[in-house]
Amino acid sequence: MNELYVSCSPHIRAKDSTQSIMRDVLIALAPALVAAVIHYGVRPILLVAVCVVFACLSEFVMEKLCKKPITVTDLSAAVTGVLLAYNLPVGLPLWMAALGAVAAVAFVKQLFGGIGQNFANPAITGRIILLVSFAGRMTDWTTGYPDAVAGATPLASGTADLGALFLGRIGGSMGETSKLALLIGLVYLLVRRVITWHTPVAFIGTVFVLTALLGQNPVYQILSGGLMLGAIFMATDYATTPSNSKGRIVFGIGCGLLTVLIRVFGSYPEGVSFAILLMNILTPHIENFTETKPLGGAEA
Amino acid sequence: MAIKRLSGAHVPHFKNTSRSAPVRIPVPAKVRIPMSMHIGAPCTPTVKVGDLVAVGQPIGEAGGFVSAPIHASVSGKVTAIEDFLLATGSKAKCVVIESDGEQTVWEGVKPPVVQDTAGFVAAVRESGLVGLGGAGFPTGVKLSVKDPSQVDYLLINGAECEPYITSDEQTMLHDTDYVLKGAALVKKYVGAKNIIIGIEDNKPEAIQLFESRKGEVENFSVAAMPSMYPQGGEKVLIYNLTGRIVAEGKLPLDVGCIVMNVTSLAFLAKYFETGMPLVEKCLTIDGTAVANPCNVIAPIGTSVHDIIEACGGYKTEPKKMLYGGLMMGMSLPGDEVPMVKNNNAILAFAEDMAVLPEPSACINCGRCIQACPLNLMPNRINRAYQNRDVEALKRLKVTLCMECGCCSFVCPAKRELVLTNKLSKAFLREQPK
Repeated sequence: MNELYVSCSPHIRAKDSTQSIMRDVLIALAPALVAAVIHYGVRPILLVAVCVVFACLSEFVMEKLCKKPITVTDLSAAVTGVLLAYNLPVGLPLWMAALGAVAAVAFVKQLFGGIGQNFANPAITGRIILLVSFAGRMTDWTTGYPDAVAGATPLASGTADLGALFLGRIGGSMGETSKLALLIGLVYLLVRRVITWHTPVAFIGTVFVLTALLGQNPVYQILSGGLMLGAIFMATDYATTPSNSKGRIVFGIGCGLLTVLIRVFGSYPEGVSFAILLMNILTPHIENFTETKPLGGAEA
Repeated sequence: MAIKRLSGAHVPHFKNTSRSAPVRIPVPAKVRIPMSMHIGAPCTPTVKVGDLVAVGQPIGEAGGFVSAPIHASVSGKVTAIEDFLLATGSKAKCVVIESDGEQTVWEGVKPPVVQDTAGFVAAVRESGLVGLGGAGFPTGVKLSVKDPSQVDYLLINGAECEPYITSDEQTMLHDTDYVLKGAALVKKYVGAKNIIIGIEDNKPEAIQLFESRKGEVENFSVAAMPSMYPQGGEKVLIYNLTGRIVAEGKLPLDVGCIVMNVTSLAFLAKYFETGMPLVEKCLTIDGTAVANPCNVIAPIGTSVHDIIEACGGYKTEPKKMLYGGLMMGMSLPGDEVPMVKNNNAILAFAEDMAVLPEPSACINCGRCIQACPLNLMPNRINRAYQNRDVEALKRLKVTLCMECGCCSFVCPAKRELVLTNKLSKAFLREQPK
């Protein structure tokens, strides 16, 4: 008899892999790119391409330097690249976008141990680094905008009709404006079971309820700024958010609360990325107090 | 039912042999019967080399209260009593019997006569029966009920949720009478008030059959369960059928339940009819390396090799072989190992299913938590084990893990979560109290 493989049970694995999950996220992000192209022309494609290339290159170079297995093919760096691009004004100089991608993947992700180990969302942190470094260009919503009509974003101006907000005929970061496209992505992620409903519903629900209580127009608030993009794609990042449903609800409520506080009382018009980053930092603590209760487990 | 069903995983069914009625294999030339085929103390051999034995004759006496006696499965001559490496990875004493091909029945085999509960339990102990669903817990111990009024439920486990295996389904389809008689016996002597048979809905014929005959035993009902692995896990079955939770360190009886596998129950009824102890077992033979997937009945102690040869041999060279199913089955070191009492399948796989994907870094997706029927957090247990964090492992209740395999199955990073759960349990056992 020849030699047999022996291994621990189970002896079969489900089809989904890290790569297939990341591929699903990229597919879910595609409608927003289509919307951006309709809105802005071809420049969004260029921006996405630059971010993805530099994100993947950073991953490759850092893993080579650290003598770790190369994991570029798991597509997680590509997801970070696309998300970063979606968070940038369409007219941002490409070298700035590239710098953001390098900061996101090389520093925020790889220096902390690579996939699954980073505590902060790389794309969001990349965006914040760019925002702090190039405040002017990062809030310039007119350059590259074909009609060159929108100056301030609807969040800063407070005037836009809801239909324009929903379809994305407004100023804003490249991939965040069309809520319709983002919601199509949400449905896809839910159907494919890539994410659960907990975080997006808790996040968007909290913003809706709190802004209503504070006398704002809640529909206007949830359709404005980066809320949908953040709640659907960034606050659901696996590594930097809680891994079980109770924790995800707490995380979503926290994000919603901080977003509203920054929007209504802070000096920035938009607070989604800061809210998610702050909640990323709190995630280990949320994980600790939302541990599941094992069935039949006695009190320790 | 109002209770929330426990989670699990949608595993493939591969029930290729559900139409294959079991056939007895020719008597093998030799059997090797391990003295440890149950949870509890191993048996002491009561025969010596050169002894002539007959089918049903005791050859190993129970080594303690939690133990079950062992009987000769063929008639012939004891040729060796030796240590042999079993699928568990450890060696056990085995009695080797060279068969004379006659299958002469031992003169001591006669139907037990019982008057009361104590007599019933004693007879069950003598039968050598252990839980045939997989765990191999001595049935005589399970049925040692002090106060029959505390038994609210006899739950009959006909879930058979493991991929490939259909041997319990054969019992339900072909030994329906015996399952019902067995249930009536347990009801009579151990005092079960309600009897529920739980069957996964991928076996509609079995469900229909019991639905049509449930009137034959009082308070007997049939529960069709969704085909969601692991419906057949003892705690899962109890919760899904009664809503009761077996707490840490407690037994099903503490919540008024006795859980018995369908095949165990059918055996019990046959035993009370004939007196023949547990000497043979129905097995599903399947897998991508097997020529003719089928169900067979083989004497306990027959080597895996002999069983597979008897039903058509290998189609291709096997690269991985299992006792039991894909989810909880044990990898075999070779095909010389003997089949044991609680075997319900032997699977042999070609290269395609033998090699598992390489594990990669945990991405914290939480699917293992969603899949765990017992609400454990395998991702956190994994990290706690890597840090050898005793406190965290205790708090995360890794000892509750039944090793059903859902976490490893769903993990997109293909991590060996069941393995770290097993290692964590062993690690906690090593800790000073």
